[in-house]
Amino acid sequence: MMICITAQAPGLDAPVEPRFARAPFFIFIETGTGEAHSVANALCGGPGGIGPRAVQFVVEYGVEALVTGRMGEHAVRALRAAGIPAYAFAGESTVADALEAYRSGTLPELS
Amino acid sequence: MRLVVASGKGGTGKTTVAANLAHALTRSREVVTVDCDVEAPNLHLFFPSPSREVPVRTPVPAVDRDRCTLCGACGHFCRFGAISVLRSEVFLFPELCHGCGGCGYVCPEGAIRDDHRTIGSVRCSRPAPSLTLIGGALNEGEVQAPAVVRHAKRLAAGAPLIIYDAPPGIGCTVIETLKGVDACLLVTESTPFGVHDLALAAAVVRQFGLPTGVVINRSDGEDGETRRACRELELPVLMTIPFDREIAAVQNRGGLISREYEGWNRRFSTLFEDVCRVGGET
Repeated sequence: MMICITAQAPGLDAPVEPRFARAPFFIFIETGTGEAHSVANALCGGPGGIGPRAVQFVVEYGVEALVTGRMGEHAVRALRAAGIPAYAFAGESTVADALEAYRSGTLPELS
Repeated sequence: MRLVVASGKGGTGKTTVAANLAHALTRSREVVTVDCDVEAPNLHLFFPSPSREVPVRTPVPAVDRDRCTLCGACGHFCRFGAISVLRSEVFLFPELCHGCGGCGYVCPEGAIRDDHRTIGSVRCSRPAPSLTLIGGALNEGEVQAPAVVRHAKRLAAGAPLIIYDAPPGIGCTVIETLKGVDACLLVTESTPFGVHDLALAAAVVRQFGLPTGVVINRSDGEDGETRRACRELELPVLMTIPFDREIAAVQNRGGLISREYEGWNRRFSTLFEDVCRVGGET
């Protein structure tokens, strides 16, 4: 299944970005194969209202779960409407570490 | 004559000047005032009287789920995140919507029509025989302040003499207030902040090509910097109101110096003539 991890740069070695919609990069990872695609987030420098737009973007990419630090109220409501769970990953680790933590099933769900 | 009282910096005395000017002019003519500071309206505090209130409504999209094919065109178009297509539904955030109607325009299925919701109100009162008070008020949590300013201004349209009390700053609501007016008074105070923000406001007003004069409020008599700035900006100083306990006392009890002192009444009448002269009107 496809998940998305927010990052400060492209690639699995990039540091995780704690903010969802303002993350410079979305790293899309197929958990079955480990295949990763890094996509620059065109919305990250925009004005208000980017939360729901970022949700729409990852939904269209076919994401089924999201790993990030935190997100705004609009993004939370939009994700909930889309039925996609979001998991909280704290700390200054890499996307690979976050993926490992997600796979271990220890990440708490963001509310 | 449509005159805006603006400032750049907040708290310099826009409303004080607008209220005193309005009161002084009601002796000789019909005056309509419009409080355009819709996020914190306060002009009415100087003219307590019962008011009529009309709601300000703005369009928001309503989606016909039977026609919608979830193609996503509306969500891609909206730059404010007010409408998103998420898997099996179209999700709306009405409070993010700016009412542009673009989502309905790009929908290939004709599945979006305009609904309406209330974002604020415009109040109208008649506190004196020749004074009409119009004021906009934006509801808490709403973002479309310019729409409320627009509605308030529309209610006053056509009156021969309109005084607009502008919001502070130089943002969207100030721009909306300045549209279609004839002249501007910028109220400042002789502090570094006052001078700095006066220059910002002057730059905006210049974009509109508006004849403009300056009122220095709460002057401690050391206005050298402010006057120098006005010379550089080529703005005439038309009035100076001193930093004075007696004036502050009148103000604090909701009074008007143009009502309580004949001298100030005359000075505000003269201020109006002066700004008309700057604007080329007699």
